[in-house]
Amino acid sequence: MVHFTAEEKVAITSLWSKMNVEEAGGEALGRLLVVYPWTQRFFDNFGNLSSPSAILGNPKVKAHGKKVLTSFGDAIKNMDNLKTTFAKLSELHCDKLHVDPENFRLLGNVMVIILATHFGKEFTPEVQAAWQKLVSAVAIALGHKYH
Amino acid sequence: MSNFTAEDKAAITSLWAKVNVEDAGGETLGRLLVVYPWTQRFFDSFGSLSSPSAIMGNPKVKAHGAKVLTSLGEAIKNLDDLKGTFGQLSELHCDKLHVDPENFRLLGNVLVTVLAVHHGKEFTPEVQASWQKMVAGVASALGSRYH
Repeated sequence: MVHFTAEEKVAITSLWSKMNVEEAGGEALGRLLVVYPWTQRFFDNFGNLSSPSAILGNPKVKAHGKKVLTSFGDAIKNMDNLKTTFAKLSELHCDKLHVDPENFRLLGNVMVIILATHFGKEFTPEVQAAWQKLVSAVAIALGHKYH
Repeated sequence: MSNFTAEDKAAITSLWAKVNVEDAGGETLGRLLVVYPWTQRFFDSFGSLSSPSAIMGNPKVKAHGAKVLTSLGEAIKNLDDLKGTFGQLSELHCDKLHVDPENFRLLGNVLVTVLAVHHGKEFTPEVQASWQKMVAGVASALGSRYH
């Protein structure tokens, strides 16, 4: 189980409290689909994903991104127990959604970039380190029930 | 060989023109060593890497970071021939330095984060996509002579 120090938890929660989950969610999922275009395969029924502006303006992308980041917020409240927090979602992504766990790492990296663009210099190396650890741990937890 | 569109090249070169290679180099290498601490093993001779501030202030880190990013600047002038540009460096990193190629991908991700920190909203999804393609191409070129 990944152990987060007190400093890491503060770095994570203080930045999270300043985030607009709805906007950030849409941006995170949108950027994933733009930067790693093969991920669009999981969202065939989302309508128009034909260009970056279509993707970023797509209401289904925004709604689903918000759902994903809201779930991430739950992880942040349970940093010492990520595997349990994500157990059902892990089964869902394996058994029903058939998502390669590598995509969880890609989404985590996109989130780090969004935080960097929004917070600039406040996204110090130490803050980045704490967040990189979190997104890695979430990716591992989401892959945990795969078989 | 990765195919860079005219838009990719414009996104890459216009952002690069605004980068202070020396500062960004030190920050990129510093962040690599902070965020992925196991990478410090390649820099035993660099003196104090005992804390984030020691790392970010370390003159050898800054100097070597500048060297690495200067080399990346060369790549940017030769986007259509990254394998040729990095042939000798690839051999060096394999035969003499014994660096796992995974570290090239980590450094690429850190560079993208540094650009995001400094350029904020200007680091749009499309710009990020071009840069992500670029760092992936560089990592692949640096790994191309490994045996």
